[in-house]
Amino acid sequence: MAEHPVPSADRRRIRGQAVSISLAIIPFGVAFGVSVARAGYGLPEALGFSSLVFTGGTQFAAVGVLADGGTATAALIAGLLLSLRSLAYGVVMAPALGDKPRLWRALASHWMIDETMAVGSSQRGHPAQRYGYLVTGAILFACWNAATVAGVYLSDAGEFVERWGIDATIPAAFAALVWPRLLDPVQRWIVVGGAVIALALVPIAPAGLPIIAAGVAVALRRPTPPNSRTTVGRR
Amino acid sequence: MMPRVWIVILGLFAGVYLLKAAGPLVLGRRALPGWLTAASNLLPAALLAALVATSTFASGRHLQLDARAVGLVAAAVALWRKQSFVVVVIAAALATAATRALA
Repeated sequence: MAEHPVPSADRRRIRGQAVSISLAIIPFGVAFGVSVARAGYGLPEALGFSSLVFTGGTQFAAVGVLADGGTATAALIAGLLLSLRSLAYGVVMAPALGDKPRLWRALASHWMIDETMAVGSSQRGHPAQRYGYLVTGAILFACWNAATVAGVYLSDAGEFVERWGIDATIPAAFAALVWPRLLDPVQRWIVVGGAVIALALVPIAPAGLPIIAAGVAVALRRPTPPNSRTTVGRR
Repeated sequence: MMPRVWIVILGLFAGVYLLKAAGPLVLGRRALPGWLTAASNLLPAALLAALVATSTFASGRHLQLDARAVGLVAAAVALWRKQSFVVVVIAAALATAATRALA
């Protein structure tokens, strides 16, 4: 496959998306640092989670279980259940990352999270998708760890997040990335189906599973003529 | 003996990394079967929609309609008016904050 360099205008737009979504997660990074401190741990543990595990929901779940006095096994199971969706993200991003050597892919995979998949998969063509994935990964990794450190030294972030509506910025960022897909009739039904399936499962499945299960909306779609599939997923 | 918290950190580091890297390392650049290519083109739409839905309406294990929904409506309006990514995110935060201040 020919490699087209990403035009600088596109790169600027993609960087804007990466910065916006990274700023949106800062309050949650702070909240994570707070939760680590409240569980009785310090900076090494907080950074261990945020830089090594680097998967927000998984980190919160694991620390939550430990803070409640749960066993290491319970914390591991809760954390892994929440990160099962990383497997689906890897399948989505594999074609764009696949043009690179194995070691490069092994290192870049550490950044496989909601936001990097969201920004990466929303670009057109493999080089732009890879650029979106990497830029979001780098900026978000830095913001997430800095915010975690800040959280360890702050007492209460929850009230601040609520008062300024910062918790609403995350769904808004995901909505902005899914929006162009609503223009495509096939994708529109996938979007509706994915949302409905996820919400239906929230009360009955452990956190994280509804998002993976939403993927079955893809399998349930009506068959489409082969020529209409080529445009699908471009924007 | 290693403290419990470090068993969890290192265990999750290994487990989560394997989940993250399985796709890029195992699939690589091999051409996928047609049905899987079609599915992986559509998968982001389903995953993103699920993320929007759960981060707006889920609170732990139950569903909840609160000020976050107003934020999502504000984001949708901003998107419909073709506003930039930053404006969309700020609109959602302001709408949610205003709703909470009034409530």
